[in-house]
Amino acid sequence: MMNPVYRRRLWVHRIGIALSVFAMAIGLFFLAWILFTLLVRGFGALSFALFTETTPAPGSEGGGLANAIVGSLLMVGFATLISTPVGILAGVYLAEYGEESWLAQITRFVTDIMLSAPSIVIGLFVYAIYVANVQHFSGWAGTFAISLIAVPVVVRTTDNMLKLVPNSLREAAFALGAPRWKVATMVRLRAVKAGVVTGVLLAIARISGETAPLLFTALNNQFFSTDMNAPMANLPVVIFQFAMSPYDNWRSLAWGGALLITFSVLLLNILSRTLFRQKVSS
Amino acid sequence: MTGKATLEINNLNFFYGNFQGLKNVSLNIYEKKVTAFIGPSGCGKSTLLRTLNRMYDLYPGQRAEGKIVYNGRNILEPGQDVNVLRAKVGMVFQKPTPFPMSVYDNIAFGVRLYENLSRGEMDERVEWALKKAALWGEVKDKLQKSGLSLSGGQQQRLCIARSVAVKPDVLLLDEPTSALDPISTAKIEELIAELKEDYTITIVTHNMQQAARCSDYTAYMYLGELVEFGETDQIFMNPGKKETQDYITGRFG
Repeated sequence: MMNPVYRRRLWVHRIGIALSVFAMAIGLFFLAWILFTLLVRGFGALSFALFTETTPAPGSEGGGLANAIVGSLLMVGFATLISTPVGILAGVYLAEYGEESWLAQITRFVTDIMLSAPSIVIGLFVYAIYVANVQHFSGWAGTFAISLIAVPVVVRTTDNMLKLVPNSLREAAFALGAPRWKVATMVRLRAVKAGVVTGVLLAIARISGETAPLLFTALNNQFFSTDMNAPMANLPVVIFQFAMSPYDNWRSLAWGGALLITFSVLLLNILSRTLFRQKVSS
Repeated sequence: MTGKATLEINNLNFFYGNFQGLKNVSLNIYEKKVTAFIGPSGCGKSTLLRTLNRMYDLYPGQRAEGKIVYNGRNILEPGQDVNVLRAKVGMVFQKPTPFPMSVYDNIAFGVRLYENLSRGEMDERVEWALKKAALWGEVKDKLQKSGLSLSGGQQQRLCIARSVAVKPDVLLLDEPTSALDPISTAKIEELIAELKEDYTITIVTHNMQQAARCSDYTAYMYLGELVEFGETDQIFMNPGKKETQDYITGRFG
């Protein structure tokens, strides 16, 4: 009874669905595996001491990650303070002047390259121009390196978000006699506030896990330090060093740190998504 | 035709790159009257409207030649400050375009650009503009709510209020009701009749009944040329040209 054309289409549909579900299952399987391993190994390492004690010396018992947590927070915090205004301003510039000026087009091109640049190259770059010149590793060098990674992320999302603003809204603001900078900041940027905040949160998530750029810049510090001019402990580098060490307590701390980063990033992602969804639905 | 012309358009030519969108258009927009531009899609009626506040300036590659005289000056000259011009020649668009801010700030945004008002004066101005746009009764309790939370018809009246709030001389309406339902459309049409007491109004519309109902003068355009311009009654009852008659009676094309 069934029309052969329709039956064929139905089968193509079923096969298509089956393939996509399979592809999704593979992705989810590995994600779940990673998260599960992390939870099992990392959860055991979570303790009060993890947040209060500093990284232990080789051979000593116990210890925590307090210095690395504070170091990461400081560097990611300062990097966010630097890259948010720079990135948003550059994004506004691109969206506003991107079609008409060659400078903007070059900026957009360079931003795209920076987005996909290997982070180790950025680490080496900061090492060569800053660390090698002042002759010591420092928190500022680390901040500078991860800012370089965060800025293009913020620029790109701001630029993309602003392009979603209907042209009619811009024209309406111009039609009232508003100067261009006011149209760009008070109307256009405001219309995509949630999207821009999402971009900043994603940039923070991205830099909180970066290891390579910090390896050459902030290095590490076994002691608790908030001096941005001195080498600074941070979670990714501590994880990198401790995970490959022969000491059980170090390896356990590495798992704990990994769990900490992963869940902070997860939290930021969820936060940014809910923020964005709220805005879209309103 | 009598009355004082607010805008005198003289031999206006308009170009989108190499394409000529308007060809030698000349007509007057009379003070405190409603002038309707009608014609099929692509005939240049919106283009003509967008030259009157130099909206085309936003797009490189678009240029106008000829004269549009406003207050004794040709506004197409490079020396014209377009922001000042746009504050005097307001525009309302096809789709409602409330800004992503409160109803109150939507109105205050334009006012703050050119005037320094105290809180009390601004409150009065917002109320005045919303009353002018026949919206006050519906939104007086939600002034702090987002302009986006209003219905489509309310949003469009908010946009009219926003344009009125800066006290312009001319209001340009670009198909202001084409995205609205019949009831909202009727409200906007009533509003146009009231607003022409104080403002010179120019409206682009696809709806011929609307042009006949609301306007005092009508310009029929085709392929970038002004085919016929005159009093609305005359254009609709006794058009001077066969093309105009064909379009108005629906025998077009």
